[in-house]
Amino acid sequence: MSEPLLEVTDLSVHFPTEDGLVKAVDGVSFTLMPGETLGVVGESGSGKSVSFLTVMGLISRKSAVIGGSAVFQGQDLLKMDNDELRTVRGAKIAMIFQDPMTSLHPFYKVGDQIAEMILAHEDVSKKEAGQRAVEMLRRVNIPQPQERANQYPHEFSGGMRQRAMIAMALSLNPDLLIADEPTTALDVTVQAQILELIDRLQSEFNTAVALITHDLGVVAEHCDRIQVMYAGKIVEEGTGDDIYYGPMMPYTWGLLRSIPRLGHDTDRLTPITGSPPSLIYLPDGCAFSPRCPYVFEECHLTEPELLPVDGHHAARCHLSYEDRKRIVTNEVLATP
Amino acid sequence: MSAPETTSPDKAPKVGEPLLRLEGIVKHFPITSGIIFQKKVGAVHAVDGVDLDIYPGETLGLVGETGCGKSTLARVAMRLYDTTGGRILFEGRDITHLKGEELRALRRDMQMVFQDPYASLNPRKTVGTIIGAPLRLHKTVPRPQIKTSVQELMELVGLNPEHYNRYPHEFSGGQRQRIGVARALALKPKLIVCDEPVSALDVSIQAQILNLLSDLQNELNLTYLFIAHDLSVVKHISGRVHVMYLGKIVEAAVGETLYTTPKHPYTGALLSAVPIADPRLAKAKKRIILEGDVPSPIDPPSGCRFHPRCYVAQDRCSVEEPLLRELGPEHTAACHFPLESRIIETSIETPESSP
Repeated sequence: MSEPLLEVTDLSVHFPTEDGLVKAVDGVSFTLMPGETLGVVGESGSGKSVSFLTVMGLISRKSAVIGGSAVFQGQDLLKMDNDELRTVRGAKIAMIFQDPMTSLHPFYKVGDQIAEMILAHEDVSKKEAGQRAVEMLRRVNIPQPQERANQYPHEFSGGMRQRAMIAMALSLNPDLLIADEPTTALDVTVQAQILELIDRLQSEFNTAVALITHDLGVVAEHCDRIQVMYAGKIVEEGTGDDIYYGPMMPYTWGLLRSIPRLGHDTDRLTPITGSPPSLIYLPDGCAFSPRCPYVFEECHLTEPELLPVDGHHAARCHLSYEDRKRIVTNEVLATP
Repeated sequence: MSAPETTSPDKAPKVGEPLLRLEGIVKHFPITSGIIFQKKVGAVHAVDGVDLDIYPGETLGLVGETGCGKSTLARVAMRLYDTTGGRILFEGRDITHLKGEELRALRRDMQMVFQDPYASLNPRKTVGTIIGAPLRLHKTVPRPQIKTSVQELMELVGLNPEHYNRYPHEFSGGQRQRIGVARALALKPKLIVCDEPVSALDVSIQAQILNLLSDLQNELNLTYLFIAHDLSVVKHISGRVHVMYLGKIVEAAVGETLYTTPKHPYTGALLSAVPIADPRLAKAKKRIILEGDVPSPIDPPSGCRFHPRCYVAQDRCSVEEPLLRELGPEHTAACHFPLESRIIETSIETPESSP
């Protein structure tokens, strides 16, 4: 691996509101290598979407206080003005969103919407852009792309709309694709189709993918590295094997134990008690401490740092390595 | 589907008479054209000949993709839609055409928990009013005692009874779903239909609601019809599981059997599509990616409805419709060429944990 494609350092996004300062993202650092798939998992409100929206320059500085840096191919995205950003956004970094119905314009034909994207960035004729749009629809396995390009989004099914979104996102061969819950609104069989498609296109175009999701199953199957977010911070990061077979942070344990997993039989799920904290009044010390079953005094006093466990596997927890190791083997992974 | 009584796991006590029996249920929604003189030009075949028995105390799972008719079936069973054909029996009594006061009385015995805890609670009413509404409507509890009953219900589902006067927006998604459950419990029903009760919730909250539902079942001896598209959730909570595709049941079996040895190719594909939160198991599983989308229920395919997307289909499938037939103990599937191999390995070599 050579130069990182994207290097985010100490990113923070705070929204001042009438009730107080909402710390949506607080000190997030990570790197993304070319061609790699990074999975970002967390509950609603953990800051996973906001951090990537900020990287894309989609969070207005009028409403948020943004700190840190996001260096993409040598340039800090957070220091760019709108005109500069426009050359990067879409062409080099593309994004697909959760709801394909609301992210396509209902009044314009699908083919025209894809062509518009090409026209905005490249000096080509309308006709040529149209042809490339059809070609992209073909690449994402839409049958009869010529006719489909002339249809409106409402004539597409949910899965096809998401394919059209992917076609649009990849039409300029971006280096980074941010997929924000791309399959949450879809059925499992369609979800499998879409994820397979992203996998295939990723190897074809050598695009790096950041897959944001709350589904631990999706990240297990499709990601090289995984980061777990909680209350605006990364609480654990590592490879799939690290996270699923040797997790080192009680929140990750909770997540793994609270989902029914095919192939793992448990009579009873162990939910994480309580609900996620308010991002305005974060608990003192570790943000997870009020919900953590292994909490002790230290947790309420100081915030644990994201410390390496081994290699690239890092976690935020005050418990000693031996304690965590013991809990993981005896309790978390105990179910066959 | 009168399978002989065999030793069933404790999740599925099939004792005595079924609580709810559906016989050949058909539900077609007419498609009309014209504004004043409406002419019927077609029909959406939402449910097309479904037989189903739910026994007291069991949890019956119903899985299928969007548009397969699972919610319609539940609503027909609840008498929220009228049937186009078939019979509904509740505790042996034909309720297919009940009307008026009799139907109202029946509603006490069957209640529903909805998918969206945001849309299913009136934002202008307090929680106390929402949970107490069934009590007031059915007059099962004298008016002065409604408040105490509601507070008991709130306590039962794990809500703080002091929050009686709060409004739905003051609660989180998981708590709202608890309100929905409390409302469904208010009339002490025998059957509760849960229509995707956890799909709108965060993972850590899903587990809380699933545990609550199974605790309540043990405590109050409830019967559930549990509808979901998430197979791992359905497997976790249900005893027997029915798989639906385009208005028909294509496979029915005890959860464990269904997941280890699915017979219908559609069940196989569904299972293979479920993301497994275990990288090694996920790598070992067979990947079957279905082509295309579910066909339109307005004009369902001939023969087996799954044949245009099926990966083992042969000529016979497009002509002759397969009927549900027994392929093992308490295991029926509607397929001419049932699957033989496993999709998901259940045993993995013990993962050697990193140092």
